[in-house]
Amino acid sequence: MSDELIHYIDTPHPVTGVTNSKFGIWLFLATEVMLFGGLFSAYILLRTGDPNWPHGGDILNIPLATINTMILITSSVTMVMAWASLMMKKIGNYRLYMAATILLAIGFLVVKSFEYAAKFEHHYYPSTNNFFGIYFTMTGLHGLHVLGGVFVNLYLLIRVGKEYRQNAKKFTGRVEAAGLYWHFVDLVWIFLFPAIYLL
Amino acid sequence: MDQEHMEDMLKHVKIYVLVFVALAVLTLVTVWASYLHVSKPMHISIALFIAFVKGGLVAAFFMHLISEKKSIHGFLIFTVLFFLVLLLLTLFTDVSMLRSGMGIPNASPLMQHAPAAAGHGGH
Repeated sequence: MSDELIHYIDTPHPVTGVTNSKFGIWLFLATEVMLFGGLFSAYILLRTGDPNWPHGGDILNIPLATINTMILITSSVTMVMAWASLMMKKIGNYRLYMAATILLAIGFLVVKSFEYAAKFEHHYYPSTNNFFGIYFTMTGLHGLHVLGGVFVNLYLLIRVGKEYRQNAKKFTGRVEAAGLYWHFVDLVWIFLFPAIYLL
Repeated sequence: MDQEHMEDMLKHVKIYVLVFVALAVLTLVTVWASYLHVSKPMHISIALFIAFVKGGLVAAFFMHLISEKKSIHGFLIFTVLFFLVLLLLTLFTDVSMLRSGMGIPNASPLMQHAPAAAGHGGH
């Protein structure tokens, strides 16, 4: 087992030009592109092979999903505002914006659960047909990513007092990394919403 | 924290608010556009175009890519290209896609002598 750890660095790395945490999170997001990209291509292939693929709007609730899209976009703004507040050393504002981000994310998941419940009530499950297989898999995986983000953001909200005092730059870097992940989750939904619901 | 840094951040905050408004408007435009009476390929093109604009705004301003180092740009571009290659590889080598002329109207099939298959993945 090697002793070579990838250490936290305060200043940009001479090779990558950015801090290790920033490079690391972008690398992770690249893998997420592969993950969701794979599912998107599966969707394209399944859909072009099926002349009877239903129109998303006939089966799914577009107004509800539009509200959810707005919720997620707002949470993306509050997330970046949380980071900006930290950069401006406004810890109180940071707490407000981070709490808002978490609440909006939970709101997104609540709306999603209503959507799913409505489908289950009509006995539509992932196994029903390809449309529902793709719908549940992609929105489900996305929902799990939202949930994961909620946990990370909760941690960053609770720990700000202690960790910001210990090392302000490091903690701000952590919030920035969490923010990049969160914007990526928003990005996936920006493509998922029209692809599944509108087209 | 000096005054300059503070002013810089406040400029960024203004941009975030503008981007948020743009994203909200574009979301409504996306939904509105889906009710237009246009052909299927046009629907897809419009939806994808708006999605790319929205995604671009999120990536450039919320994820700070517009001011990010070249190393990050470089390896993201590589990721996207790599994914496109993977996607097109599966699409262009799928037998039923080739036989139907890649779903393009009036196209001639690319594989005249492909064995008959029962749709996608029929082995």
